[in-house]
Amino acid sequence: MAVLKLHGNPLSTATQRVLACLYEKDVDFEFVDVDMKAGEHKSEKFLSLNPFGQVPAFEEGDLKLFESRATTQYIAQEYSDKGTQLLLPGSNKTMAVLQLWKEVEAHQFDPPATKLVYELRYKPFFGMTTDSAVVEENEAKLAKVLDVYEARLAESKYLACDHFTLADLHHLPTVQYLMGSSAKKLFDSRPHVSAWVADITARPSWTKIQDMVKQKF
Amino acid sequence: MAVIKVHGSPLSTATRRVLACLYEKEIDFQFVPVNMGTGEHKSDSFLALNPFGQVPAFEDGDLKLFESRAAANYVAHEYADKGTQLLIPGSSKEAAVLELWKEVEAHQFNSPSSKVVWELFFKPFLGMATDAAVVEENEAQLGKILDVYETRLTQSKYLASDNFTLADLYHLSNVQCLLATPAKKLFESRPHVDAWVKEITARPAWSKVLAMMKQ
Repeated sequence: MAVLKLHGNPLSTATQRVLACLYEKDVDFEFVDVDMKAGEHKSEKFLSLNPFGQVPAFEEGDLKLFESRATTQYIAQEYSDKGTQLLLPGSNKTMAVLQLWKEVEAHQFDPPATKLVYELRYKPFFGMTTDSAVVEENEAKLAKVLDVYEARLAESKYLACDHFTLADLHHLPTVQYLMGSSAKKLFDSRPHVSAWVADITARPSWTKIQDMVKQKF
Repeated sequence: MAVIKVHGSPLSTATRRVLACLYEKEIDFQFVPVNMGTGEHKSDSFLALNPFGQVPAFEDGDLKLFESRAAANYVAHEYADKGTQLLIPGSSKEAAVLELWKEVEAHQFNSPSSKVVWELFFKPFLGMATDAAVVEENEAQLGKILDVYETRLTQSKYLASDNFTLADLYHLSNVQCLLATPAKKLFESRPHVDAWVKEITARPAWSKVLAMMKQ
């Protein structure tokens, strides 16, 4: 059986997204650390795994993938019998509802959330100055998105349905970083969102990743 | 049989993405225009279809969807037997390659191309001033992404495989807009990308979408 390899950096949100999926599915894998400080992600060797020069990259035998959300989708599908059920099997209609909330994470939540992680966590860590205008603009955008989430989570235990799926998992890395910043108020002030955040970040598979992250610091 | 409805605007790149898919699949649908000029996309009745207040919204009987790529993906799966095959049937591994190139469109191509489209295509149309710095920055980024596409398209006729799939279709809206601006030079200077652009924009289903815009 082919070995699963994940090339990445434990601090990278995209790498954490795939790690979360691998742990939820209880699948063995080899983690290959990519030294981003040394520019390894731009090396010829890494570019042959991901021509966009970004972590993570994934291998399983002949299959080479990149883009974290393509990788998690593959793992959730290929190993659907193992570990946590992260999909919404049944019909094309049920899968469409999962797809919808995955798209919402990618196109509504991720853009403002990622900008806030950059301003509020990444920049201070590297001794750069936070741009408060960018923070204000993106907190306002994220607040509107979270208002929709608040309404949704009043009707549904998790985003796509009544169980945890990829749609929730994809949020974990960025949510975790934001909960360690001033932006946490956006989550705390919305009761259903706040409960959902507490629930998903307490999952054992996610706790394993937090331990990996702490070791890096 | 349930009626398929698309609520949107023919000028919206996201609406066109769904329309392209429906025409490729040769599926009957009802187009419900949403008057964005009067703010109809922010009305209560539209927000009931898409709480983010953006076009398009999609219905197939009881199923209500939004996010153009979720709607297109659903149509491609539910109507897999009709019209053009837009997926890669087979194993999870083969399907994964399609997922990869769909993600590349969403997370690499979409952002810089949308910014250039906004500056060079929509702003002049709306009588607003183009921001040259934004154009320069995003054209540079788009250039790097298209370098990766150039290499890929020397190895593969279309992005995900040797057949036209959703991964190519998702690009049509922004590609078409860019062709109407000076940014088309980014395609013209890359022979395999240029051939691919010409090929996908010449598809009959896409011509039907463009014909809708002219109404």
